[in-house]
Amino acid sequence: MTRRAVARTLMYLSLVAATVVVLLPLAAVVLTSLKSESEMADDSGALALPDDLLNFHNYATAFEDGRMLSAFANTAIILLFAIGGTVLIGSMTAYAIDRFTFRFKKLVVALFLVAALVPGVTTQVATFQIVNSFGMFDSLWAPIALYMGTDIVSIYIFLQFVRSIPTSLDEAARLDGANAFTIYRKIIFPLLKPAIATVVIVKGITTYNDFYIPFLYMPSEDLGVISTSLFRFKGPFGAHWETISAGAVLVILPTLIVFLLLQRFIYNGFMKGATR
Amino acid sequence: MTDTTEKAAVKATAGAAPTAPEPAPAPRTARLWRGATPWLFLLAPLALLIVFTYAPIANMVAYSFTDWDGVSPELHYTGTENYAELFTRSDLFEVFWVSGYYLAASVFQIVAALYFATILSFNVRFRNFFKGVLFFPYLINGVAIGFVFLYFFQDGGTLDSVLGLFGVETDRAWLGTPESANTSLAAVSIWRYLGLNFVLFLGAIQSIPGELYEAAELDGANRWHQFRYIIAPGIKPVLSLTVILSISGSLSVFEIPYIMTGGATGTETFVIQTVKLAFQFNKTGLASAAAVVLLLIVLAVTWVQRRLVPDDKVDLA
Repeated sequence: MTRRAVARTLMYLSLVAATVVVLLPLAAVVLTSLKSESEMADDSGALALPDDLLNFHNYATAFEDGRMLSAFANTAIILLFAIGGTVLIGSMTAYAIDRFTFRFKKLVVALFLVAALVPGVTTQVATFQIVNSFGMFDSLWAPIALYMGTDIVSIYIFLQFVRSIPTSLDEAARLDGANAFTIYRKIIFPLLKPAIATVVIVKGITTYNDFYIPFLYMPSEDLGVISTSLFRFKGPFGAHWETISAGAVLVILPTLIVFLLLQRFIYNGFMKGATR
Repeated sequence: MTDTTEKAAVKATAGAAPTAPEPAPAPRTARLWRGATPWLFLLAPLALLIVFTYAPIANMVAYSFTDWDGVSPELHYTGTENYAELFTRSDLFEVFWVSGYYLAASVFQIVAALYFATILSFNVRFRNFFKGVLFFPYLINGVAIGFVFLYFFQDGGTLDSVLGLFGVETDRAWLGTPESANTSLAAVSIWRYLGLNFVLFLGAIQSIPGELYEAAELDGANRWHQFRYIIAPGIKPVLSLTVILSISGSLSVFEIPYIMTGGATGTETFVIQTVKLAFQFNKTGLASAAAVVLLLIVLAVTWVQRRLVPDDKVDLA
């Protein structure tokens, strides 16, 4: 073989190796989720095929006993409000900062900038007291308010986008007698669609996956979101790996579907989100 | 771009008609209304920002000088006692060493992500499939990842089964000793976060104009030269961003070790310790001091990075 061919082979080998490393732990969990209790007991190892590939019994158990239905419902409510709020707040902030000159503008911009540098996990001890003092502790409002109020990244995404909308559009509308609110509602907001898509996707995925905030702020069992409900599997299902695996697969599945459908947007979204 | 040409056009017309009459000054109420408009848009965002970001920081600094337990109405000012305790009690400070495992892991992670991003930015068969596979773990729920890997490292779990296929029998408890537990957890964090770094690098590499490679190839540059002289300088800003994200990420690890081991067998990280101090042992004062220290370290790291690699494009306004 020529040197080039060797290099190519090695490159494909490394890609295949990485694929195995990523997929193997997931595949083992999928296999386990399809096994019966007695198959689990016979000690054939994690990679043995289940006897019945269509044994969805564990999924039913995980779904019902793990209270996944209410978890998905709670997650959906939080997603709806948090994403809606983030889009509205982010776009309004971006519009105000980019299109107006006003006193203390530099200060306002700096406040948002510095906040982006503060990692949320560090301030949670004190945030907890504030959330508590509003009486939002142990209610769906706590995560909703926190997700809405602390998302600086989406403000950046909107800001970049508002900047690319020509100001001549605003001016034309203003000459036609439109005020700032009409301009925001009728011109800016509709033109922000691509940015809104990005924010909805990025925010949606991070909210769906977040564990820390719901874990700290919503201890009651009725208020479980998918991460905290899945976390509770640790207790009652103890060593029942077939049920825990089924629960994990149930939680991963929606992400996989969304990912396969929206791949391109998701890559772009996370690129914009992280590099701002 | 558009708005500069726009401004140029406005200037040109202004210059062409210097005698155009100035518009009459707007009536007082209208001017007031105009001045208030941006604030109306900023009301909700600023209120949320102050209530959920700045007020907590201020309170946290204040609590850190007290012995508050987080519940009782009584709190006493104790000066810098919490900070002294933090820096002198070795068990409280030890958790920082755990970050070392994650820091080492992120070095490996960055190198691997850079490698895969480079090869996948050229023409490779099944490129989109490999891209998807490498990125997908980043999107998975942390609790699900925790369970997947608890099973992976279990006695007789995935890892042992795979090793069994190769004829290696282990009866190792992967999460049993501090060293192997931390190494295992750090490996999980590579598995989880490699995809994000990979996608960031890939985006940066793809924004390098293709002609550069062609020109280099004409000059007889090989892949390594292309990487060294075109790609590496081209992605410097993203690389430096990744380095800060990795450092602050390694200091604030929480989810995976909390879910998998609960911080047992020497896997307790700084954030796990802070959460336990605050919410299990009711030492809000001490926990606040710990959080202030972590915050200061993260801010310092970010500041150093900004100094070393100044942003050439100015953000905002």
